[in-house]
Amino acid sequence: MRVTTEQDRCVGSGQCAMLSPEVFDQDDAGLVVVLQQEPGEDLRAGVLQAVDLCPSRSLHVEG
Amino acid sequence: MTQSADATPETGASLPQFPMRRTCPFSEPREYAEMRANDPVSRAALKVNGKPAWLVTRHEHVRQVLGDSRVSSNLKLPGYPHQFHIPEEMLAQVRLMMLNMDAPEHTAQRRMLIPEFTARRIKEMRPRIQEIVDERVDAMLAAGGPVDLVTALALPVPSLVICELLGVPYEDHAQFEQWSAAMMNHDLSPAEYGAAVQALDMYLDKLVTLKEDEPGDDLISRFLEKNRTEQVADHVDVVTMARLMLVGGHETTANMIALGVLALLQHPEQMAALQADPGLLPGAIEELLRVFSISDSGTARVALEDIEVGGVTIRAGEGILALNNAADHDESVFPEPGRLDIHRKEARSHLAFGYGVHQCIGANLARVELETVYGTLLRRIPGLRLAAGQDELRFKDDAMVYGVYELPVTW
Ligand code: SF4
Repeated sequence: MRVTTEQDRCVGSGQCAMLSPEVFDQDDAGLVVVLQQEPGEDLRAGVLQAVDLCPSRSLHVEG
Repeated sequence: MTQSADATPETGASLPQFPMRRTCPFSEPREYAEMRANDPVSRAALKVNGKPAWLVTRHEHVRQVLGDSRVSSNLKLPGYPHQFHIPEEMLAQVRLMMLNMDAPEHTAQRRMLIPEFTARRIKEMRPRIQEIVDERVDAMLAAGGPVDLVTALALPVPSLVICELLGVPYEDHAQFEQWSAAMMNHDLSPAEYGAAVQALDMYLDKLVTLKEDEPGDDLISRFLEKNRTEQVADHVDVVTMARLMLVGGHETTANMIALGVLALLQHPEQMAALQADPGLLPGAIEELLRVFSISDSGTARVALEDIEVGGVTIRAGEGILALNNAADHDESVFPEPGRLDIHRKEARSHLAFGYGVHQCIGANLARVELETVYGTLLRRIPGLRLAAGQDELRFKDDAMVYGVYELPVTW
């Protein structure tokens, strides 16, 4: 599983950092940053939920 | 009275009227389910002026509309589905709130604010929020029941939190809470609505001016400081932003606190489950947010181009209401949507905070406030019960944000 983001779309809701704190965080400007680009399978459910619920569709996952 | 833009209704009586009433406080208006099944993107006439607008009722379509950059939030555009009487000359003067801006102005202002609401910042606020809740619960216990939970807890907690965050003196709360409540009322005359906005703006204008000279450790001061270099807002923009934050921080959370407590009291088995395992609270809060979806008419939009939603073409210039309460009762996403189930797995998919670039910036702050209030009540007043029958409660059927006016409780 590979995680990518489009930071310029992010609206800083912090939903991802709440739902999947192992994989997503927010920088000082409040915009999404990825902590692990290839998280383990055990984190898949959280990542997929964050991808689905991100209000700006800034998060993507492949594989 | 002055000539109103709304003076000439232009539709026949054949269309259903919006807003529609909730027959049960825990449910959506009955008409939503019918529309979702038969006519998920359909026309209604706005009660306020008789003008037509599109109602969007399915979860998928509401997300689509709110995520589409070809729809605008600008209430000055012709076709915008207004929920209040605003005479044309007043509308011309209105300074847009962030809620009603589009990119790039919206993006610039929102980016100034999001560092204030990151997951980390909210976490740092937790201990202070707990302190505020504990003080209010101490006062309740000292006074003894019955008390009105709205005035004792539901309103003061978010009021204190947002005042501290913004740097607004809480001593003045009685005044701005009154203005804030007035601005949420659908039935107000334009003059009364205008007067409430004006009074609050005059108050905030003084406050912002004060902070321009003597900044403190608060959101408004930090915004002003950053704005010195970024220059995304003028003085009036800052006043308008402060009003949005203050009003937004009050009404919504306060109503959710009171309604959530009512719902838990009506579902004792689920309340007992939460008492036994407070780890269930975050999920329960999502479910309560879903069931009530209190700011249903806040997601008004107008199409900038022709767009297709669910096979229907919405033309440029037509108004759209993307109904989050209808979306949050969509049975294809939430089976048995009328049932409150704190164990519901998919509850988090609710759109009670909106969706897209305007999604509530304070959502995670609200979640922590709700978690702290419910958790503290369950722990400290386990014998809490209603001190009135549900039929005696008055619900805010006439307001922009749904809620209950009073909630008498005892223990
Ligand atoms: S959920 Fe989406 S919009 Fe919110 S912080 Fe994460 S990436 Fe940004």
